[in-house]
Amino acid sequence: MVLHPLTIFVAALFTHNIVLTYLLGMCPFLAMSRQLGTAVGMGIAVTFVLVITGVINWLLLHLVLIPTGSEIMAYLVFIIIIASVVQLLEMIIEKFFPRLQSSFGIFLPLITVNCTVLAVSLFVALREYNFWQTLFFALGSGIGWTVAISIVAAIREKVALISDVPSGLRGAGITMVIVGILALAFMGFSGMGNVQ
Amino acid sequence: MSFNKFFYTRGFRTFSKGFFKENTVCCQLLGLCSALAVSNKVENGLAMGIGVIFVLVFSSLIISALRKSISPRYRIITYMIIISTLVIFVDQYLKAFFPPISKQLGPYVALIITNCIIMGRQEAFAVKNRVTYSIIDALGNGLSYTYSLVFIASIREILAFGTFFNIQVMPAGFDKLVVMAMAPGAFFLLSLYIWIFRIGAKLQPEKED
Repeated sequence: MVLHPLTIFVAALFTHNIVLTYLLGMCPFLAMSRQLGTAVGMGIAVTFVLVITGVINWLLLHLVLIPTGSEIMAYLVFIIIIASVVQLLEMIIEKFFPRLQSSFGIFLPLITVNCTVLAVSLFVALREYNFWQTLFFALGSGIGWTVAISIVAAIREKVALISDVPSGLRGAGITMVIVGILALAFMGFSGMGNVQ
Repeated sequence: MSFNKFFYTRGFRTFSKGFFKENTVCCQLLGLCSALAVSNKVENGLAMGIGVIFVLVFSSLIISALRKSISPRYRIITYMIIISTLVIFVDQYLKAFFPPISKQLGPYVALIITNCIIMGRQEAFAVKNRVTYSIIDALGNGLSYTYSLVFIASIREILAFGTFFNIQVMPAGFDKLVVMAMAPGAFFLLSLYIWIFRIGAKLQPEKED
């Protein structure tokens, strides 16, 4: 069955959210979710990189790797592409959009080791998506990540203001509890459709 | 060397620092994605742990041996190439000899490449230290990651499937807590684990919120 790209988009956003279902991209998720502004900036940067690398990796996989029978090299190619795209974006922003540097550019180096980016390329290869499916899956995953980190950051801002968290649970522990409750809430969306 | 002196050697201190004092999952908060995602069954956790130890030890060995010839400007991409080559080995080995585990782990084996533990140890330790200490450090960190993973996985597997290492341990009428096998269970258990570990190790609380 060929899934419609929009179905994949909605699934990546709600029912199979990349953080709340596949538990990916947790390291930057914990580090960057202290303030809403930072969280949104990071989310936009991740979405941008996700879409670009997803498309480039799809093209490389289908135009170079599969015709030459060298799928075994896929991981190596994917990670090199991700690292170089991030480096390139950093240089472009520094040169042409210096204003974006402070709000957007500072998150870029962190993205190379964000597992979401590599995971999207891997899922695309594993599930044999076509070009449009890849594009919408990458976009949906990026926006899904942004939505999740923004909600958590907003809750953390309030938690920091009013609550009395036990000392051992502060920071990572309480964030994990918040994400857990959010994951429970997002499980309610699972009736909307099942896309594996 | 007497037994007592052994505890004060640099090698042992390096090991115990990674193994307990600075537990990768609890204190450095590294490698959380895979710690959450593959800890639903003990066999998955163990396979993942062994894979991480293998990649960590060998990448530390290679990078530590090459540390004088890696140019600082290109070091990140050099780590990436070395690490992903080692991960391809692990992935192919699992596919060939343990196909069911490889199928269950799916893309998470490949995600060892972006596991922050490996990158973190290369950047923080291997690139500055001698080969022997780098290997000891890699072993300490890899083992602490593995025991955390196996510990969380055993609780999740017992509660969610009523089994331990695929052997039935709970009585027949046991109500399975399916949520434990899914994402929310992982988050709640990991936060509890971090909490207990931090009390046990008497760590300073994090400053913010």
